[in-house]
Amino acid sequence: MRRLTWFNATSLTLGFAFLYIPMIVVIIYSFNESRLVTVWGGFSTKWYGELLRNDAFLDAAWVTFKVGFFSSIIATILGTMGAYVLVRGGRFYGRTLFSGMIYAPLVMPEVITGLSLLLLFISIGLDRGMFTIILAHATFSMCYVSVVVSSRLVSFDRSVEEAALDLGCTPFEAFRLVTLPIIAPAVISGWLLALTLSLDDLVIASFVAGPSATTLPIKVFSSIRLGVSPEINALSTILIGIVTIGTIAASLSTKRAFMRRQREERMAEQAG
Amino acid sequence: MNLRRFSLIAVPYGWLLLLFLVPFLIVFKISLSDVALSIPPYTPTLELSEGWAGFRDFLSQLDFENFKFLATDDLYWKSYLSSVQIALISTTICLLIGFPIAYGMANAPKEWQPTLMLLVILPFWTSFLIRVYSLIGILSQEGMLNQFLMWIGIINEPLTILNTNIAVYIGIVYTYVPFMILPIYATLIKLDGSLLEAAEDLGCSRTEAFWRITVPLSKAGIIAGCFLVFIPALGEFVIPSLLGGSDTLMIGKVLYEEFFSNRDWPVAGAVAVILLLILIIPIVLYQRNEQKMMEADT
Amino acid sequence: MPQTAFEPWNDPAAKPLIQFRNVSKRFGDFTAIDDLSIDIFEREFFALLGPSGCGKTTMMRMLAGFETPTSGTIMLDGQDISPIPPNKRSVNMMFQSYALFPHLTVYENIAFGLRRSKMPKDEIDARVKQMLKLVQIEKFGARKPEQISGGQRQRVALARALAKGPKLLLLDEPLSALDKKLRQDTQFELMDIQEKTGTTFVVVTHDQEEAMTVASRVAVMDHGKLKQVDTPDRIYEAPNSTYVADFIGDVNIIEGYATNQGDTVSIAWSEGNSPIIGTPSKPIADGKVSFAIRPEKIAISAERPTDRNNIVHGKVLDIAYLGNLSTYHVALPDGTIIKAQTANSRRRSSRPFTWDDEVWLSWTDTAGIVLES
Repeated sequence: MRRLTWFNATSLTLGFAFLYIPMIVVIIYSFNESRLVTVWGGFSTKWYGELLRNDAFLDAAWVTFKVGFFSSIIATILGTMGAYVLVRGGRFYGRTLFSGMIYAPLVMPEVITGLSLLLLFISIGLDRGMFTIILAHATFSMCYVSVVVSSRLVSFDRSVEEAALDLGCTPFEAFRLVTLPIIAPAVISGWLLALTLSLDDLVIASFVAGPSATTLPIKVFSSIRLGVSPEINALSTILIGIVTIGTIAASLSTKRAFMRRQREERMAEQAG
Repeated sequence: MNLRRFSLIAVPYGWLLLLFLVPFLIVFKISLSDVALSIPPYTPTLELSEGWAGFRDFLSQLDFENFKFLATDDLYWKSYLSSVQIALISTTICLLIGFPIAYGMANAPKEWQPTLMLLVILPFWTSFLIRVYSLIGILSQEGMLNQFLMWIGIINEPLTILNTNIAVYIGIVYTYVPFMILPIYATLIKLDGSLLEAAEDLGCSRTEAFWRITVPLSKAGIIAGCFLVFIPALGEFVIPSLLGGSDTLMIGKVLYEEFFSNRDWPVAGAVAVILLLILIIPIVLYQRNEQKMMEADT
Repeated sequence: MPQTAFEPWNDPAAKPLIQFRNVSKRFGDFTAIDDLSIDIFEREFFALLGPSGCGKTTMMRMLAGFETPTSGTIMLDGQDISPIPPNKRSVNMMFQSYALFPHLTVYENIAFGLRRSKMPKDEIDARVKQMLKLVQIEKFGARKPEQISGGQRQRVALARALAKGPKLLLLDEPLSALDKKLRQDTQFELMDIQEKTGTTFVVVTHDQEEAMTVASRVAVMDHGKLKQVDTPDRIYEAPNSTYVADFIGDVNIIEGYATNQGDTVSIAWSEGNSPIIGTPSKPIADGKVSFAIRPEKIAISAERPTDRNNIVHGKVLDIAYLGNLSTYHVALPDGTIIKAQTANSRRRSSRPFTWDDEVWLSWTDTAGIVLES
């Protein structure tokens, strides 16, 4: 029943207020002259300045981006392969184990994943640093990429691939020239998801990071432990801003592409 | 199986075996070891160079001592229980808050729905850490919530919310509610509106139709949402660390501290193994539910 | 001067383009194709006709290379094609869903197969333009599939499949997605294009009208076997079984007991009626038979006809008025219902017969077919 009752309207308003008020508070207070949350000292951007001068934070941010970039690319490649195997692979020896391993990180507590990976690195004598974080992030985020890509593959019309084969492609050419361009949006969403998960990860990074490589979440976490710091407010606002702009831009462009396609289809039918 | 297919399967499979399965086996092995002042800080270590005799010797030193320790020491089984309790309560609150929101979204005019979806997804993409942090400013003694309550006169003295279990509940609900909303919304959207009209036509009031038709038919989404909140909440670490008190016992926090502060890796391993065993039941149930949902769709 | 008809299947010297030799295809317990053998000749427009599940799609996919026979051989131009993968065969397919590449323009879709064969660029361009002209969509080369209508997409699919000049073109239910008017026009265009390009077409369809209109020969299939392979007129007028008779068009089937009497057979079918006199196409033993007669071969009249052997009497039970034709369902006293069809050739006459009218149905000795039961 598509009727917006009073109950619905109230629950929506209250619900979204609940979701957004804490973040809005942080954004407002990032511009607070005073350190304290209780007192409004006037509008000021000084905390942003402090943030940009804080070398520790900037270094951590750089490490985080590097880790995010590399791990998300590895995760995307492995996750897409995994999705392909699960949806198209048919039966093979050890398939249940494979699908279990791929989907486990979705429901596994991060402390366990982090602990297990650290123990692995220690037992093979691998020094903890950026490399280990990249490996760890790629492993746990590849399953999210798999979920996204496999749901696209399931609804994929295979006759297009058969058409490609029929017209002379080798199976790999068919994948490269036809399948991949068509599932590209799903692959890109998966990549963005893996990137976000990596940039945001605290627990696993805490376990597998080394003294040389501190990620931004680790730095922020230890800062928070020491108390509310206005620089963190500024950092939070910047991150919220990036995510908001990114999400809105993405949704606007999909909406515009959708409207354009609808218009074109209508014109085509009329032209007959 | 030709070479192409083999390598397509082998690469992700091999990666996962090495970086997912083997680590788990190591965790299990460590849970059977003893703590030691060495690097690595546990014994015995498997020396492959010593061959079969070394392996047998290795096996003989393993024991379930750590598990016995967990069973007897108060801290641990209390933490497990407390974690389950906290996760259950949080999941319920999440359901009570998330369902009306999802319901409101599903009943909203079609043009609004993409925007509403966006409003739910945005917190989901925002950093988890930052969202928990934002609650600190609100829940502290001088925080916004206390200020607001005092301003409207409900209370005279600020409440201690931060660093208690209540804050943990609020924290878990706040961060996980999008996970509850999305599956429920997805199920409600597929609900055929004409079913409700048929129910009303046959004599149901609106509330009756809701409880008799809408809720049972959205069961799959509700279950999925509950699992998506309960399972990770059980092993949560960040929220109890930042929002909970020292008496907040959650197993994720216990494991972390066992590992980093006490440096007792074998016990940490045992804690992890038990946590996994506890989680197996809900995980299997979740997979079954997903399977049922997929079959219902086809 | 009599025109030489296109009948390579009757020419002993003609070499078939495609040969199925005892081909069987099993999927687990299910037998999709059961020991099938057929020859298809060059330049034929061959139709595989049958209900869902009869195996026609499997046959086509085996020709394309997406399935391999469980046993038996398939030869293309004298060569066993089973070991050849689909991308290396000189066979191309027009898919039922068209399967156009959504991320490529119409031009690139058509050029796709040519690019795989390493043709020089200018030759590709010339060929694509030629194809666009052949299917009459020259103006849409730069558009993407989502920007053109369903009928236009169908043409692109056809052009793409013909671009490489394959020896064999497979068409999977090519007209099923089109509405009736467009379907009729496209049927003739397909026949035109087939003749112009000289390609051998094999069409798979469940629509008998489609098969009868376009095909030079039709193969009626059932449960993995070929029931009858013949030209459309022979399939219609001389079906070899009640299955084929019933599958194509409308038919009355009357069961009875046949007794040979010289050139004709006398079929006892009902106590209250005189036996049907029919002429069997091949010698038939005395015994149980089915007599098949098409409704349009039965004359309906208000008075008892005097010049025919086969006459029955009944009441009009139902009338199906189709504008150009009327089909009368006539109930005989013993309960049998016979369908008789007449063209409504007079525009303004009031309907000659109406419900519950007493009428006479009659037909000649050669109007129907005697089939073994």
